[in-house]
Formats: sequence, structure tokens, C-alpha cells
Amino acid sequence: MRVHNRIAYAFLAPYLLIFATFWLWPIISSFLISFQNTRVNPWRFAPSMNWGRLVGDPAFYNALYNTLIILVIQVPVMIALATVMAVFLNSPLLKARPLYRFAFFVPVVVGEVAYAAVFRLMFSADFGIINKIIGTVGISPVSWFDNGTAAMALLIMAVTWRWAGYNAIIILAGLQSIPGDVYEAATLDRVGKVQQFFHITLPLLKPIILFCIVLSVIGTMQLFAEPFLITNRGGPGGATETLGLLLYRQGFTSLNFGYASAIAYTIAALAVAISLLNLFFGRETK
Amino acid sequence: MRSKSRSLLMRRLALHAALTPLAIIWLFPLWMMFVFSTMSDYGIFSPDIVLWPSTQFIENFQNLQADTDFLRAMFISITVAVIYTILSVMLTSMAGWALARYRFAGRSVVIAIILGTITLPFAVVVIPQFIMVAREFRLANTWVALIVPPLFNSLGVLFMRQAFSMMPSELFDAARVEGVKEWRIFLHIALPLARPTMAALSIILFLASWNNYLWPLLINSRPGMMTAPVALGTLIGLTKVSWGGIMAGAVLLTAPILFVFIFLQRHFISGITAGAVK
Repeated sequence: MRVHNRIAYAFLAPYLLIFATFWLWPIISSFLISFQNTRVNPWRFAPSMNWGRLVGDPAFYNALYNTLIILVIQVPVMIALATVMAVFLNSPLLKARPLYRFAFFVPVVVGEVAYAAVFRLMFSADFGIINKIIGTVGISPVSWFDNGTAAMALLIMAVTWRWAGYNAIIILAGLQSIPGDVYEAATLDRVGKVQQFFHITLPLLKPIILFCIVLSVIGTMQLFAEPFLITNRGGPGGATETLGLLLYRQGFTSLNFGYASAIAYTIAALAVAISLLNLFFGRETK
Repeated sequence: MRSKSRSLLMRRLALHAALTPLAIIWLFPLWMMFVFSTMSDYGIFSPDIVLWPSTQFIENFQNLQADTDFLRAMFISITVAVIYTILSVMLTSMAGWALARYRFAGRSVVIAIILGTITLPFAVVVIPQFIMVAREFRLANTWVALIVPPLFNSLGVLFMRQAFSMMPSELFDAARVEGVKEWRIFLHIALPLARPTMAALSIILFLASWNNYLWPLLINSRPGMMTAPVALGTLIGLTKVSWGGIMAGAVLLTAPILFVFIFLQRHFISGITAGAVK
């Protein structure tokens, strides 16, 4: 490595310029806007207006509650499923591996709008294929979009379908980096496969799984397209309204940029806090 | 010996018995997207269970084109994704090269920025970014607004940096001794060697741009300047709309990238795992 300030910054300049313009300044600006009354022209400094509103806004607590419900249910279910997928895909006993890999990984390339559209159609209450299929085994049709709990379940299923394979890819890469002789030694010592999974595989995978959880938490904190498109703008009656959707509504439907910035900072703060918590627990047992 | 091979067979059977239903469930939405795109609206909303494609794809596409100018939107999406991918690969390779190959004042600050922004939600910058681009620069509904703001990409820099730092330094030192300029070394020696990494990165960046929804939805909402996902999204939730048409659009959005995925799966996977395996 050579010391070359001028040359290094020449190579970095375009990248840093984009960073300064479209990330650094917005991060600062967002913070400043959250302390302004943006409903008057020109905007005025009103330190407690937006943050005061946030603290007492039932719509905020509703969105926070829904987001946390998704976080607490969807993320663990998805990560567990992704781990199972990865472990099974890694098994030497598996035949037709490329076929299974394709099935689990392919949602990664499907865009939010395309998959939202097909989920919305599949789960349509009257003529949706899902209600028709569960009808054949005698289950009465579920009104997926009119019942708050069902709508939330639908949202969780959709997000899990879209992202489980993505996490499985990362976990599978982690699995493949575990040296095989660890398992050979365990097998010689007559340690069962299930015990090997819980005592060798899981502890070694822990950092990778923590990484997946951090990514999922950040994604869930700003979940937007699914409640916007699948459950029709967070319906029924706000039952699937998330923080990401509330931000969109306040910022771009009501054009209340000040309040939306306060919501944005709350999302970021929660995401960073949960990530740090995660890192902390990851370090401790290492 | 015999019982051992039998238990192995049982394990193999159990594995496939568990995995096959899961794989079918996972493929089902995609398969139905395809089936729906070939059915008439009448067929989609009939009480029968139809799991096999019909023949109405062209008619559905015509309905879609009548509901929104989808061809124009596809053209915008493709153009934006191509330009975005080229520019982004250039920016991230240059930055990755600087971080991999030079010592300079402020290097640790730059690395801290890159690592710090990976886990920062886009939500925190979206409002001021919109205000700046739409209101101050007056760039709403332009190509620049679609391409330039999303160019900042930390994972790409890390990915390229890794590729450059794995190259033996003798390669570059030999050229330096002969007086070759640094930018020529980068352009003519380092970049050609990093071609596989750039290919993997390009696929991931293209996919990200192609599927990007929130930012294009906010910034380019005028019908003639919408990207394909945004144009398709405006139809979801309308009452008088052809669902067969929406599904045809979903298939057109998914099919090209699906073929790339089938043939270049390895590159997709190395692009996705780049952030995880440090």
C-alpha cells in the first residue's frame, strides 16, 4: 500500500460526492426538518411540534405496534425456516439439489409489485385460489382483506415467502464455510445428527444468523410496499399500517415533511438500537 | 451394515418428504402468476380451481397496455437499470480500488461511513432527498432523478475492495517501476482482472434498479415517466381494471430477470453473500 492522498481522493471523489449530496446532507437535514413546522410557508422553527405530536399520536402507536408484531412473529419464523432450508440444501443426501435451490431462492428476484399483485389475487376473498383450495378440505373462506388478524397473517406469509430464500442463501454460505472434519469427529464420537445440529452447527452459524436478523429488522422497520399494495394501504382500518406506511402517508400524501421526518428518525433510531442490541449479544458469548 | 444403509435410505426419504411440499408451496405463487397471466378475467374470477395455463396472454397484455402505457414504462425501466448499473459499477470500483490499494489521510473515516450506512434505513433520508430533488433541484419526473440519487451503494464498494485487495501487489509495482500512471494501472491492469466480481455486482445492481419501487414511486409519478413497477402498482387496487392484464405485466417484470437468474445463479449468490461473509 502506498501513501497517496491526492490519487486516493481522486478515485473516491465521485462516490463521496454522491454520499455527501444524497445521504450525508439528507441525514442532517432530516433532523433539522423534524424540528420545524412545515405546514406554514415559509417553514418555522417549532421545536416541540412534531416530536410532541409523535408522543401522543394514536396512529403512530398503532403503526409501531403493528411493526413490532411483524418483527416479533415474522423475523423468527423466517430465520428458522431459512436455517432449515439451508441445512437441508446442504445435506449430501439430497437429490435434484438445483431444483430445490431454485424453488427456495427464486423469490429473491421477484419485484415487490409483481409479487404483491399475485398475492393479492391469490388471496382474494370470493374467488381467490387459496380460499378455493382450503374450501376443498371443508375450511370456510377467510376474508383476508376485511379481517385485521387475517390481513396481518397474509402480510407475514407474503414477506416470509419473499425473503426466506434470501436469508437461506446467506446461511448456506455460512454452512459451507464450516470445515467437514468437525462433523467427522462428532460422528466418530457417536454424536447424533440432531445433536450435531444444536451443538455444532447452530453455535458456528450464530454470527451469520445475527447478521440476517439485523438485515431483517432494518427491512421490517421500513416495510412499505407490502402493506401499501397487498393489504390496500394498511387496511382494514389501519390493522396492517406499518411505520414505513405511516411515513409515506405523512410525507407524501399529507405533505407534512416535519412530522414525517420525526417518524423517519424514530424508524432509524429503533433500527440502530435493535442492531446494536443484537451486536452486543453476539459479542458477549463469543 | 444392512440396517445402516436402510436407515440412510429412511433419512433420505424423510428429507425429500419434508422438502418437496415446501418447494411446491414456494413455487406456487410464481406458477400462479404465469397461469393467471394466460387466463381471461372471467376465468380468473370463476369458481373453478384452474392450475393450468390458458391462451389469453396476448389479450391480457393488450388490456394492460390500454390501462397504462406499459411498453413505455418498460423502456424507461430497462434504460434506467442499464445506465444505473454502468455508473454504479464505475463509482464503486473506483472507490473500492482507492480503499484497497492506497494509504491516505481519512481512510478510516471513509471506511466508517461505508460500514455505518450499510445498516442505515433508507427511510431516514427519503424525505429530505425528495425535497431536495423535487423541490430544490426541480428534477421530479426526469431520468436524472431516477438514476443519480440511488447511486450511493456501500455493499458494492466493499465487494470491489475485496476483489482488488486480493490481487498480488507485484502486478502493480512492476508497472509503477516502468512509470505507468495510477489511473492507467487501475484501468488497464486492475479492472480487467476484477471482471468476474464486476459481473456479479452488475447483476445485483441491475436487479436492485429494476425492482426499485419506493423512490421511483415518489419522484416520477407522471404517467409518461413512470418505471414499470410504478406503472403496474398504480393499477393494483383499482376497481375497473383487468387483473389478467396486471398479471401479464407481473410476468413481463419477472421473466427477464428470472432467465438471468437461471443461467447466472452463481453470480447472484456471490453478490448476495458478499455483504455477509467478511
